[in-house]
Amino acid sequence: MEVLYFAWVRERIGLPKERIETDAATVADLVEQLRNREERYAMAFADLTALRVAVDQELTDFDAPLAGAREVAFFPPMTGG
Amino acid sequence: MRIEVQEAPFDFAAECGRFAEGRSDMGAIVTFAGVVRGDGMLSAMQIEHYPGMTEKAIAAIAVEAQARWALGDVLVIHRYGLLKPGEKIMMVATAAPHRKDAFEAAEYLMDYLKSRAPFWKKEQGAGGEGWVAAKDEDEDALQRW
Repeated sequence: MEVLYFAWVRERIGLPKERIETDAATVADLVEQLRNREERYAMAFADLTALRVAVDQELTDFDAPLAGAREVAFFPPMTGG
Repeated sequence: MRIEVQEAPFDFAAECGRFAEGRSDMGAIVTFAGVVRGDGMLSAMQIEHYPGMTEKAIAAIAVEAQARWALGDVLVIHRYGLLKPGEKIMMVATAAPHRKDAFEAAEYLMDYLKSRAPFWKKEQGAGGEGWVAAKDEDEDALQRW
C-alpha cells in the first residue's frame, strides 16, 4: 500500500510517501512495524496522541482495520481555515 | 456547491459578486475571507495539503452543512503554497432564504475547515520557521455543532 506523510511527520521521516508491503491488520499494527524499522520512524510515531491518520483519504482511528486499504496517511492535527 | 483548492490567488470581490447572483429566492448571503495575519515577525506562511483528500473532506463538510441548514448555495475556496501577510488564504460563502441559516452554516464550515480539512500551516519569520500547532479551542469549537 501507499503510505503518505505530511507536515512534520514528513520532515521527520524524510520522505512524502513510500510503498510498503505489509500484513498489518490495523493502523496500530502498521505503526508498530514502522517504529521498528529505524530511529526516524520511532521518533515520528513516538506520541500517537499528536498524530492523526486517514485510510483511503478518510479520517479514522489507529484501531481501524487495513484489509483492502490502498492508501494510509499520517499527519499532525490539521490547521486549515 | 463549488469547492476550489488552488495555489493561485482568488478575486474575493468578484467571487462575492458572482455567488448566488440572480437567486431571488435567497434572501441572505454571508461571505467570509481568512487572511494571513502579519503577527510579530511572520514573513510568510507555507500551506501544505493532501491532494485528493482535501477536496473530498471539504465537500463532505459542505454536504453536511447543506443537510443541516436550508442553503441555496455554498462556495469554499482554499489556497495552498506560499502566502504573504495580508493575502487571503480562503473564503466561504453561503446563501439561504434567511440569514440565520446563512450565518450558522458559514460558521459551521469555518469550524470544520479549521480542524477537519487536511491543511497544515508552517510559519516562516525572522526567528526561523515552525509548524502551527492545532489549538484545543478549535477542536472544542466542533462540540457546539
